[in-house]
This record gives sequence, structure tokens and C-alpha cells, in this order.
Amino acid sequence: MTDARTDPAPLPVAAEAAPARAAAAHDEAGADWGHERLLSAATLALFVWLAVSLWRLPAFDQATVTQWLRTPLAAVPMLLLILVTFKHLKLGLIVVVEDYVHEAGSKLVWLVLIKFAAIFAAALAAFCVLKIALGAGAG
Amino acid sequence: MTRTPTRPLSPHLTIWKWGPHMAVSILHRITGAGLALVGGAVFVWWLYAAAEGPEAYAAFAGWATWKWALIVWIGLTWAFLQHLLSGLRHFVMDVGAGYALPVNKFWAWMTLVWAVLLTAALWAYIIYWRLGA
Repeated sequence: MTDARTDPAPLPVAAEAAPARAAAAHDEAGADWGHERLLSAATLALFVWLAVSLWRLPAFDQATVTQWLRTPLAAVPMLLLILVTFKHLKLGLIVVVEDYVHEAGSKLVWLVLIKFAAIFAAALAAFCVLKIALGAGAG
Repeated sequence: MTRTPTRPLSPHLTIWKWGPHMAVSILHRITGAGLALVGGAVFVWWLYAAAEGPEAYAAFAGWATWKWALIVWIGLTWAFLQHLLSGLRHFVMDVGAGYALPVNKFWAWMTLVWAVLLTAALWAYIIYWRLGA
């Protein structure tokens, strides 16, 4: 092994890699930031669609609601709304727990609980839409 | 944590004079959490009941039309509009606009005022014209 003082080769490599790693981390943070805003905008757009659609429904009984959800132009936006909203909701609740729960153990429990619950709720809701849209008696 | 008791603490939550911008900031989190937990539960219950069948749907509809559930519906509407309006305010701030204090406070007030006004207008319409109360 040569002494670091007599072998300066590793230094410039490390010096180059550090800013590269920093830039990569920076790009990742920037991508997350942009992705979160895009997610919020998509949530907003899909909730405007849901509000208008519900406003236009003549009634809220099961037959009317399921008949509406069987149409592709209701089922597809509804599935997207579920996907986007539960992702938005999960990220939001994670931020709240990260900021206000300081004890490491309970923080971990809350974060795991939020992730599991959000994914379960989203999967359940999406499955229900698919069952209505594709199920027996559909069409 | 070690600190010199003779030196002042860094400014923290308790020493700030409350303003609309601070209220809107914390309300964004409170309404977001409320919408996630209560709104998310009602939303999934509604879809589950619709997929499950007439009996399950009748149970949901029974709760949804219960007079005290109106508090939940009005609360969710207000929380949704408050979160939506302060979310739009955040979009403006994300592009770097609206940070001057008078402007920032003005739009913070506007989100609070419009969330209440729109909630009141919507539910007045639903209760008096749609439900014919």
C-alpha cells in the first residue's frame, strides 16, 4: 500500500464523485418535489370530475350508482382517482407523522400502519369498482 | 441537550403572534389528516357497499342520511374546500409568488373566508332546494 501523501490518485476521483453523488441526490429530491405537485394537481382534477359527476347523478341509490360505475368513462377516472388520492393521502400522513411523532419506535409503527392501511384501502376500493364494472349483471 | 440558561432560546411556536398564514398552514395539515381518515373511510365504505349489494348499500345509505351524519358531510365539505384552496395557494407559492407579507396574509384570509362561504352556499342549496327542508 502506498501512503496517501505519495499517491494522490484516489483524491481527484473522490473529489469528482462527491459532487456527482450530491447532484444525483439533488435531482432525486427535485423529482420527488415535482412528482408530489403533479400528484396534487391530478388529485384536484379527478375530484373536480367526481364532484361534477355526482352533481349530475339523478339519485344516489345503489342501482343508479352501480349503473353509472359500469360505464368506462366513470370506472376509469374512478380507478385513477383511487390510485392518485390514496398515494397523495399516504404521502401527506407520512409527512405529518415524521414532523410530530418524535419517538423512533412509535414513529416506525405509525409509518408502517399508514403505508399498509393506505394500500389496503386503495386496493379494496379499486376492487369494488372493478367488481361493479366487470361483475355479473354488468353491461 | 446542553444549553446556556443565560442565553435566549431560539424562537419557537409559542412566541409568535398568530396570523392567518400560520392558521392556514396548520389547517392544511389538520384538514388533510381529517379528509384522509374520515373522508377515506366514508369513500371506501360507499364503494364497498355499492359493490356488495342492496343490503350493504341500505346500511350505508341509512348512516349517510341520518340527521347527525350531516355534521360529517358539512365538515368534510369544509375540510375539502379549505384543503383545496390552501393547496392552490401553495401552487402559487411554489412558483415563487405571493411571499410579500401583506399579499401572503391576504390570500391566507381568502382561503379561510371562501372555504366557509362555499361550504355554506353549497349546503344551503342542498338543504333548501334539493332536500326541500
